[in-house]
Amino acid sequence: MFHWLERNPFFFAVGVFLVIAYAGIVTILPNFMESARPVVGTKPYTVLELAGRQTYIKDSCNACHSQLIRPFKSETDRYGMYSLSGEYAYDRPFLWGSKRTGPDLMRVGNYRTSDWHEYHMLNPKSVVPGSIMPAYKHMFSNNADIETAYAEAYTVKTVFNVPYDKPDMPTLGTYDESKKVVFAEAAAIVADMKSQEVKDAFKRGEIKEIVAIIAYLNSLK
Amino acid sequence: MQARDALNYDYSVAKCFTYSTILFGIIGMLIGVVIAYQMAFPELNYLAGEYGTYSRLRPLHTSGVIFGFLLSGVFATWYYIGQRVLKVSMAESKFLMIIGKLHFWIYMIVILTAVVTLFLGISTSKEYAELEWPLDIGVVVLWVLWGVSIFGLIGIRREKTLYISMWYFIATFLGVAMLYLFNNMEVPTYFVSGMGKWYHSVSMYAGTNDAMVQWWYGHNAVAFVFTVPIIAMSYYFLPKESGQPIYSYKLSLLSFWGLMFVYLWAGGHHLLYSTVPDWVQTMGSIFSIILILPSWGSAINMLLTMKGEWGQLKSNPLIKFMILASTFYMFSTLEGPIQAIKSVNALAHFTDWIPGHVHDGTLGWVGFMLMAALFHMAPRMYKKELFSKKLMEAQFWLQTTGIVLYFSSMWIAGITQGMMWRATDQFGNLAYSFIDTVTVLIPYYAIRATGGLMYLVGFLMFTYNMYKTITAGKDISSEPQNASPMSA
Repeated sequence: MFHWLERNPFFFAVGVFLVIAYAGIVTILPNFMESARPVVGTKPYTVLELAGRQTYIKDSCNACHSQLIRPFKSETDRYGMYSLSGEYAYDRPFLWGSKRTGPDLMRVGNYRTSDWHEYHMLNPKSVVPGSIMPAYKHMFSNNADIETAYAEAYTVKTVFNVPYDKPDMPTLGTYDESKKVVFAEAAAIVADMKSQEVKDAFKRGEIKEIVAIIAYLNSLK
Repeated sequence: MQARDALNYDYSVAKCFTYSTILFGIIGMLIGVVIAYQMAFPELNYLAGEYGTYSRLRPLHTSGVIFGFLLSGVFATWYYIGQRVLKVSMAESKFLMIIGKLHFWIYMIVILTAVVTLFLGISTSKEYAELEWPLDIGVVVLWVLWGVSIFGLIGIRREKTLYISMWYFIATFLGVAMLYLFNNMEVPTYFVSGMGKWYHSVSMYAGTNDAMVQWWYGHNAVAFVFTVPIIAMSYYFLPKESGQPIYSYKLSLLSFWGLMFVYLWAGGHHLLYSTVPDWVQTMGSIFSIILILPSWGSAINMLLTMKGEWGQLKSNPLIKFMILASTFYMFSTLEGPIQAIKSVNALAHFTDWIPGHVHDGTLGWVGFMLMAALFHMAPRMYKKELFSKKLMEAQFWLQTTGIVLYFSSMWIAGITQGMMWRATDQFGNLAYSFIDTVTVLIPYYAIRATGGLMYLVGFLMFTYNMYKTITAGKDISSEPQNASPMSA
């Protein structure tokens, strides 16, 4: 059979494809629906949090920070309750990471505050002596992209039925309605921050990346 | 054209991809060395403002070496090997020549755009699949062009039986096509909402499902880019360079179909103790162990091809590169399955042992095999003698030392950190804060970076040697021949 296949490229290619394709189907499909179901109490991200999540992705925070707490005592002692599948139901893409050069961030919102993050992003060593994390000063000068964040929320609501605007769920509404919510959320974070640059910009109607990413990090619980 | 007139094959596309292999090799490895030093000396993060931080550069390094350096190498060797094992010249078909050149230029545009967008932070965050949807489309186009080139050349072949290398090239083409398409399924947000950045997209899969698809891709992208085409190269270049026939046809048959059958299952070992279903994790673990068989099958087939001819290791530095590559293949395909055992993975996952494992495969197996392949091709493509064997010797030892420094420091760093994360005091409390487990690694990070630097310097020596071969090598009138039983 193999000699015959080696002289018939078409059937050879079909054979190879069948042999490599089946594993994906067998492993991914059976639990697909189940894995997509949210845990009770899990909510989609607000638009400001999504803008922060996009900043997190833009700067590849996931290259060094995981968001996956494994069910070991050493991990639950350090980071909190181990992760459940349904907690990730609104994570597109998932951000588990594959390397912990820095600590896990799955529940960082439980034990860090807005001003801690502000100091940390400006100068990591000021709050964590010996830290090898770079400072992210540009987050204080770049504006967060609220429009794209809204576009993403609108898209997942439309295409994947993510429950925005449902009872007890974040409101999305139209872009103008959404902007009001975003500014109210951002105002609370800006009030906790020290940076005059960020405060002045907020008065001018600009939301800096740092504000958005703090909103996102605070939402991780 | 006479089928056996070996010097009449058309290497113009192979040459183009040879240059891009070298170009992206230098860029990708240089960025790798920079980010490695950044971990030891964090001040180096501030050389280029926003664009020079570790986190921005890391996807550039991985994409640069995988899709720039390595893929170029795969294409370069394909455009060389393909003609020879099918006994047909590219020059015989105007159509295939145009496809080949188009393939190269679209590839260059896609990769160079990818470099720019990754610097700008335009990323989907999925590892080795960071490119946003417009570039994904570019990748699909260049892949289809490659497919046309492969099957087009097969269509006009003279040698009816496909040589082993061809099996692996076909598998590379099909495997990557399937994986890349499914992992990059995303919805462009602009087309749904009419606002925001036009190139932004959101993944089709959420959470745990996204993770499953990503690591089905992530693991097997490694298989079908880092392993399968490299085996294609070793099955061609080792017998050609040594003049020895492949040790066993049956073993190559077993290894090929075994690898195809088993590999795609093993992705689950990236997700052990995560929230994916338990049975998927267990299957990932088991199949990773089984994977030793086909991997070692290929490697042993390589090593036994040298049976009775081990003296060539002394006389021919190219044989040395290829044999060490096969040895590193055995080494990393043993290390990988060990890391896939659940209890070992509990310690190793998230630590530096993982990048350590990746690099003994990529530097030792992939890098060495690819450089040896290009060294073998150069005299035949340019009709020049290789410039300096002494330089090759020096490069070999410098790079080998670099690899040893790299993986040994990463073993120590990974296991140290894994042990410290779980260490408790006499009352059962965690013994170390997280930062304690970082600062202790800094010396190992410095050693690792230095190992990487040595490898980069070796690559520059390779580049110089190739450059001198092409520009100043002695002309040769006939192809260098070894006591080869193969006439291709």
